[in-house]
Amino acid sequence: MPLRAKVASSVSRTAAALSRAAGRGDGSVIGGWIGLKIDPDLLAHLAAGRAIALVSGTNGKTTTTRLTTAAVGVLGRVATNSFGANMPTGHTSALAKAGSTPYAVLEVDEHYLAQVLQATEPHVVALLNLSRDQLDRAKEVAMMAQLWRAALVNHPDVRVVANADDPMVVWAATPPGDPARGLRPPHVTWFSAGQRWHDDSWVCPECGHTIQRNGEQWWCSGCPLRRPQPQWAVEDDGVLDPTGAWHKVTLQLPGKVNLGNAATALAIAAEFGVRPVDAVSRLGAVTSIAGRYAQVDRDGRNIRLLLAKNPASWLEAFDMADVAPTLLSINARDPDGLDTSWLFDVDFAPLRGRQVMITGDRAYDLAVRLDVNGVPFQHVRTFGEAVRAVPPGRLEVIANYTAFQDIRAELDRVN
Amino acid sequence: MSTESLRIVWIYPDLLSTYGDRGNLLILARRAQLRGMPVEVMEVRSDQRLPATADIYLIGGGEDGPQALGAQRLRADGGLHRAVAQGSVVFGVCAGYQLLGTSFFAKGVQCAGLELLDLSSDRGPSRAVGELAGDIDPRLGVPALTGFENHGGRTHLGPGVSPLARVTAGVGNDGATEGAWRGKLLGTYSHGPALARNPALADLLLRWATGAHQLPPLDDTWAERLRAERRAAVAAARA
Repeated sequence: MPLRAKVASSVSRTAAALSRAAGRGDGSVIGGWIGLKIDPDLLAHLAAGRAIALVSGTNGKTTTTRLTTAAVGVLGRVATNSFGANMPTGHTSALAKAGSTPYAVLEVDEHYLAQVLQATEPHVVALLNLSRDQLDRAKEVAMMAQLWRAALVNHPDVRVVANADDPMVVWAATPPGDPARGLRPPHVTWFSAGQRWHDDSWVCPECGHTIQRNGEQWWCSGCPLRRPQPQWAVEDDGVLDPTGAWHKVTLQLPGKVNLGNAATALAIAAEFGVRPVDAVSRLGAVTSIAGRYAQVDRDGRNIRLLLAKNPASWLEAFDMADVAPTLLSINARDPDGLDTSWLFDVDFAPLRGRQVMITGDRAYDLAVRLDVNGVPFQHVRTFGEAVRAVPPGRLEVIANYTAFQDIRAELDRVN
Repeated sequence: MSTESLRIVWIYPDLLSTYGDRGNLLILARRAQLRGMPVEVMEVRSDQRLPATADIYLIGGGEDGPQALGAQRLRADGGLHRAVAQGSVVFGVCAGYQLLGTSFFAKGVQCAGLELLDLSSDRGPSRAVGELAGDIDPRLGVPALTGFENHGGRTHLGPGVSPLARVTAGVGNDGATEGAWRGKLLGTYSHGPALARNPALADLLLRWATGAHQLPPLDDTWAERLRAERRAAVAAARA
């Protein structure tokens, strides 16, 4: 590593430690920011010599990154941005902090994928899904898919691991190549993790015709775009690998969506030579990720935290949650997006018959939504009030980003 | 009404459904049902014929590509024009509002609209994103508009339409007026579930569709709390 990069890396680690000591967060953003100020190429320098996997998509990237880190850990030490700081500052900080490791698994914000591909020259990039998320500031879905597609053309040697069930991802993962520049499209391994949310992929991104669906199959009615045959798939409570072997996966994380994330993690790890049979037991050791899925016992209630940030992830959360009293909390601060209209893209009907409580800055938006949905609810002012309002036993908490952090703070920042 | 039940059509949800647009459909259906009106809801995709005999037509928001495609297919289909000629109600939101006019811009190209409202849209200097509020045309007898907007367009009204509201916060058409209406056609930049925050506007559409001068009141406690909270938030942001 050049001297400038060494200094930058060291200063970055110190800044992160200072930030943590001052109680101003986990330091993963500020450390990287300072390091990149000293050496703008610091991320590339820190990435050099490591075999890297990038994980991107609208939903599931933090969990999949955590599971992939566990799986690749079979081979040796793995650096990762485990705090969910998923922009280049966070990657820089994570790699600086980890020191020299043979492997790195990095969660990447969808908007930064092209930049991070360029800086880190990864061995693998995993593309999970694309759906509407914080449209008041994020790119719309088709535009995001186009950016990914354009980025991949420039990296013909990267191994792509992509979701066969999401038409936008399939299109993004299969750019036509660029013969004039001697660029061929990258190699893709397809996985099927299931996709409950279809409302952002009715129109073919290639030709504008309607996407037709039948069971798990989908195809465009106007051009050859269709679901590729996946090499990895979820079957029952396990994962089918490309050889046809089935591996039972016992997770501590709830829901079918996490079984899909496990299949994805095994597919990514396999690109590094990890055999699924060696990795599955490690996946079962993952309990919670930065508070997601964490369980806390308080006053005889077993409180479980589920993060849901956009319509697709709310559908998954309802699938994961037990039929038990449920607290929903919604904010609309900067990290959440300021626009709450997506609440009407979510069907809350699965909550009928459960004791439902609502809270958060934007509880009234939720109240109107639930009223229209025919879901009875009770408005509570504080988290404590919600805990007192339910009988002993499970309390499911489903919240969007800052609402989740607020409740996590009430529970002593549970991890 | 055309038949015994109130027929509501959501036009092209496969193309034009971005910001919780389904909400407007759900709210109209719910408010009609709570008053004992039987409701028939139809979601008509862009590869299907549009029935011309429904009472209310809803058009939602969308990206440039789907907006241009939607306008093209609606012009070719002709069903909406026949419905309007027969006195149906049309409620357009954001991209769906723009395409009711004579022209709009999508992907940098001027596109022909449906020419149902005397207005045209072009690109503004910057994207309008945030809370939108305004005082609604007093002839409509509806309290102040509250909503959220997110669009890059600016809309110029011709003499054949009236502004829906005078802007008190946000941009709307051009920073001064917001939305437009004529007869039983109404459009707004207040996107997605505009009717969730404006139940009186929902009831106006229902009165237009049914010919009723008055509808039995409903319990709008939560909507009123939401409206008050948003009013306060807009006032606080200005202070």
